[in-house]
Amino acid sequence: MVIAHPFEVGLATIYNESPNPGERMPWMDIFFKNLTRCAAFLVFSILITILISLFIHGEPAIRQFGFDFLVSTEWDPVKEKFGALVPIYGTLVTSLIAMLIGIPVSFGIALFLTELSPNWLKRPLGTAIELLAAIPSIIYGMWGLFVFAPLFSEYVQPPLIKLLGPLPIIGALFKGPPLGIGILTAGIILAVMVIPFITAVMRDVFELVPPLLKESAYGLGATTWEVAWKVVLPYTKIGVVGGIMLGLGRALGETMAVTFVIGNTQRVSASLFAPGNTIASSLANEFTEAVGDLYAPALIELGLILFMITAIVLAIAKVLLLQLAKREGRES
Amino acid sequence: MENQIYIRRRRVNAVMLFISGLTLLFGLFWLAWILITLLREGFNALGPTLFTQNTPPPGSNGGLLNAIAGSLMMAVVGTLIGTPVGILAGTYLAEYGHRGWLAPATRFINDILLSAPSIVIGLFVYSIYVLQVGHFSGWGGALALALIVIPVVVRTTDDMLKLVPDSLREAAAALGAPAWKMIVFVSYRAARAGIVTGILLAVARISGETAPLLFTALNNQFWSLNMDQPMANLPVVIFQFAMSPYPDWHRLAWGGAILITFGVLALNILARALFRRKI
Repeated sequence: MVIAHPFEVGLATIYNESPNPGERMPWMDIFFKNLTRCAAFLVFSILITILISLFIHGEPAIRQFGFDFLVSTEWDPVKEKFGALVPIYGTLVTSLIAMLIGIPVSFGIALFLTELSPNWLKRPLGTAIELLAAIPSIIYGMWGLFVFAPLFSEYVQPPLIKLLGPLPIIGALFKGPPLGIGILTAGIILAVMVIPFITAVMRDVFELVPPLLKESAYGLGATTWEVAWKVVLPYTKIGVVGGIMLGLGRALGETMAVTFVIGNTQRVSASLFAPGNTIASSLANEFTEAVGDLYAPALIELGLILFMITAIVLAIAKVLLLQLAKREGRES
Repeated sequence: MENQIYIRRRRVNAVMLFISGLTLLFGLFWLAWILITLLREGFNALGPTLFTQNTPPPGSNGGLLNAIAGSLMMAVVGTLIGTPVGILAGTYLAEYGHRGWLAPATRFINDILLSAPSIVIGLFVYSIYVLQVGHFSGWGGALALALIVIPVVVRTTDDMLKLVPDSLREAAAALGAPAWKMIVFVSYRAARAGIVTGILLAVARISGETAPLLFTALNNQFWSLNMDQPMANLPVVIFQFAMSPYPDWHRLAWGGAILITFGVLALNILARALFRRKI
């Protein structure tokens, strides 16, 4: 990244000045360069434009509710009282569940694909995992609602309620009727959806580990697991955290899959089996029906909050991955 | 004593590697489960009426013709708007962006946009376009899809152009080609397969996007090719029909689901095959 690009040494002139203007249509050079620059500037400005536009359109709600918006659980379109705590809570909890399941699974898959899999199997297995990311989120939602949730409420939830429900503290998480839909179901489906993203980054960064390091460890008698856990993981930890952040960003903003299975209830409940709501699913469900002076702005403010959270998480992911790339550049 | 530690380490290793294999099976299990469900439920719904009739009111027979047409139109228009912008911006990043702040900043922001929640894109297009013209429309949907296409295309174009060896560019420059000719006739050609791959992936991505269409194209029960009116599209129809209590709507939703999923998977596999053959 820091190395001077060869262009700056050899090709700089052709980019900046045509040596023989008459024959070479210098206007075309200027035109093309500026055209691409405008396109790049357009892309650059999208993010800030989104922020500004959401801020302007959510402004009535921001002014009306102020900071209370973030801590109030009341969501009453009739009385025009809006508080975002329920969807914010739902967004964070479903994403947390997704991460708790998704991170170890992704690590396992990445480990298998980089260290254990025979070479001829790597490509088909890797592609299959990547295809998980290609399935549209509405399909996850529909499948979750019609196939996963009924089975989950019949075969998984009752034993969990019986087994964990009576326990102190954790018990509160597993109480209530086995509805099938709810926060836990949404979290599990989100986990499946983020696995391909986290796995992809982990695979990429695991491939960066110099073979020499791994071979030294093997030479000292380390087992494959020890190499993975004590050599590969420490060496790549920035990148791994970056991948996790990327997955988290995806999970926070996921809409359709969650909308199908979360139950859309504006209530905070300790139980993971209870229906809830996330920011994205509130928007998907309510926005087209929002009437009144504050309803739509309140939803847009929700969108603004979601956008800011995901943008920050994704920016952290990017910074971490860039750091790893920079270190790679220095060492090699 | 030493032997015991050794045995323990071997055991931990065996258990962990076994679990690693299980996690892979765990991932494949969901893929298989979803695809099998789709095949089982969707096959019943597939039939000629799916492609020849419009979406029905509850209780009567129908197909998805208007939704398929609307989805195709918006995907095509969205791609036509998004691709040129994406390719040009990617070109700036890879070819011109060696100095200055714009290229690194754009690259950074583009990567955030790549993963940004698509529902917020819908909200954004709603507030800058739909609200201004006063009604939901196919153009709004296409615009929202274009905003999702752009980051995908920017990213792949940038990456693919960076893979083009500088010796090719130097050769073009040595023959006297000006920069724009060098980029259009040398860099683009060398990176063509990769750029096309990016476009295919972007099309695959928008084919299944639902959230951004909810507030922009909305839906339309009738046959309409007017982009200035609310427009039927597969994802929103699937959403609406699946959430409804009517069994024949559910069947149509599964039919739509199988179309979208296998369409998207086919595009993905095609993109991969194309990319692999070329590089």
